[in-house]
Amino acid sequence: MALLEIRDVVKRFGDFTAVNHVSLSVEAGEFFTLLGPSGCGKTTLLRMLAGFEEPDEGQLLLDGQPLNGVPPEKRPVHTVFQSYALFPHMTVEHNVAFPLKMAKVPADQIKARVAEVLEDVRLTQFARRFPHELSGGQRQRVAIARALVNRPRVLLLDEPLSALDAKLREQMQLELINLQKEVGITFIYVTHDQGEALALSHRIAVMSQGQVEQLDAPENIYSYPKSRFVADFIGQCNLLDATITEIAADRMKVEIPGVGTAEVLPVAGATVGQQGTLTLRPEKIKLGATLPANVPDEIHFKGKVHDCLYLGDVTVYIVELENGTRIETMLPNAAPGRARFFDDNDQVELAWRFDAGHFLLA
Amino acid sequence: MARSKNLAKWLISGPPLLYLIFFFAIPTAMMAFAAFRFPGDYGGLMPLFGADPATGKNVLLVNSHNWHDYLTLDNFARFFQEAVYIELFIKSFGYALLTTLLCLLASYPLAWLIARSPKKWRDLLVLLVILPFWSNFLIRVYAWMIILGPQGYFAKLVNTVLGVVGIAPQQFLFTPFAVIIVLVYVHLPFMVLPLYANLEKHDMALLDAAQDLGASRWQRFWKVTWPLSLPGVYAGAALVFIPALGIFAVPDLVGGTDGIMIGNLIKQQFLDSRDWPFGSVLSIMLTLSVLIMAGLMAMLGRGGKRNAL
Repeated sequence: MALLEIRDVVKRFGDFTAVNHVSLSVEAGEFFTLLGPSGCGKTTLLRMLAGFEEPDEGQLLLDGQPLNGVPPEKRPVHTVFQSYALFPHMTVEHNVAFPLKMAKVPADQIKARVAEVLEDVRLTQFARRFPHELSGGQRQRVAIARALVNRPRVLLLDEPLSALDAKLREQMQLELINLQKEVGITFIYVTHDQGEALALSHRIAVMSQGQVEQLDAPENIYSYPKSRFVADFIGQCNLLDATITEIAADRMKVEIPGVGTAEVLPVAGATVGQQGTLTLRPEKIKLGATLPANVPDEIHFKGKVHDCLYLGDVTVYIVELENGTRIETMLPNAAPGRARFFDDNDQVELAWRFDAGHFLLA
Repeated sequence: MARSKNLAKWLISGPPLLYLIFFFAIPTAMMAFAAFRFPGDYGGLMPLFGADPATGKNVLLVNSHNWHDYLTLDNFARFFQEAVYIELFIKSFGYALLTTLLCLLASYPLAWLIARSPKKWRDLLVLLVILPFWSNFLIRVYAWMIILGPQGYFAKLVNTVLGVVGIAPQQFLFTPFAVIIVLVYVHLPFMVLPLYANLEKHDMALLDAAQDLGASRWQRFWKVTWPLSLPGVYAGAALVFIPALGIFAVPDLVGGTDGIMIGNLIKQQFLDSRDWPFGSVLSIMLTLSVLIMAGLMAMLGRGGKRNAL
């Protein structure tokens, strides 16, 4: 049985439906992420799990027991808030001891458990500091320690890294992964940052307009997006509208208007003449001044560089094909001293394997 | 560079410094000095300057031989020898403390509700709190004399209820009860405003966090809201306690003989008995006791902040 089950939950605010018939389940010990743009309902869903909002329809079950109607203070679910919400008048150890005191844990045990969790988040020497005497990353760790100390069944994290700078964020991501492994508590993580979601999660639920668009492991979400929205939202993606012209056992042929015919992996339920979208990740496209033509299983195009984006480790090239279609691709700047390979208006050739992309039926 | 910085410092802090010297330090020093002098024949103070009987010229009369004819500790001795003065001090402190406490009890929910009401209403509600200031203080106290008087609705209502349970009708006006009621009414805004200013700034996420971590409504108040509102409570308490301690108009008007406070005695010394030195002694003792209390409170407030688990 799943640890946490969300059954057909609906939440409306006036005319606006924030969460629209969402059903999903989270297993014990899982690092589960709700990912989506702002306003997609992920935070509302999290607040319903915490108990700050009640669903208008549907059920929330924890260990098979209904959570509906149980006030936040009675749920074995703790939250790490986006603003951390540390108590400014309490030292770090008093902040962390707070949930234990509320749960009437004996004083001698409180001391030991606070010390233990502060060690887990490497804050032992900051126990007597006040929150305003800590850095952003340290405050973040206090918030996590405080939410973990009472061993909740589920830890909810509401965009906990959004207030940190990029460098610290990466470090905190690693710490979060290790911490979750160590304590074994189920994490439900809300973020709009797709990179963060891919890096941290066991499974991701991509949300849009109050609904779950796709629920899968990060690598499946990235490689096999189920919808245009998911393909577009997760990472960079070329989206080419196409029509199926031929279906064989191991591949299909699609006609991309203005570009030509391309081979793709077959999709279940496809029929000839059906419309769809070919999704193609930039890093799966080969780019060169000249590329060998007529390589088996490869599709080959000529074009010229329209724009370059130098990102340091890689350079992104927007290549315009002869008919005007633009395709985004990239090359790592791996050669020593090499900043970029091409300039605007250079003639280049593109190629990708038939199984590089993923065809979405409209 | 350093000079112009110094100049700027003086230009900024000079005017308030002068203000404090002229309107606070010098008058206080004059009053403290008056406490050691003798009253004059017709009130006021016995003059230190005057016509020299021999020459008729105005000279300084006091010198190293005759200073004990001009300066004395008797005024202080009188204060400590007669229990009635200390008793009146204790009673006044009690009234002021009770007033502060009742103001706090009445203001806290009000300030909290204003701070939690929709933003567009808050200014209006604050305006309503300070609206009474727009009418004259004495008129407001006279209004209370009518309300509390034997023909007033308050007295009639309470005495009717008391009559039902078989208790004889009570007088409310000209009693300590009336003093406390009116003191609370008069000082209420001074408690509401600092409390509101504090509570309005509270981060609601803290209450969510406390609830999420298992705190009941009651615990959320006592563990989060109350400790964070203490600066507002202290400010309000000081703004109510100190003026309430020295007030004389309210006990004068509604207190009767039982309701008088230290302020009435001081006023009496200066205006009725015309014993300025003793009036000064009472004022100095009042100032000193307030200072000592404030010091004790500050010390209590500082202790035990970074306490261990």
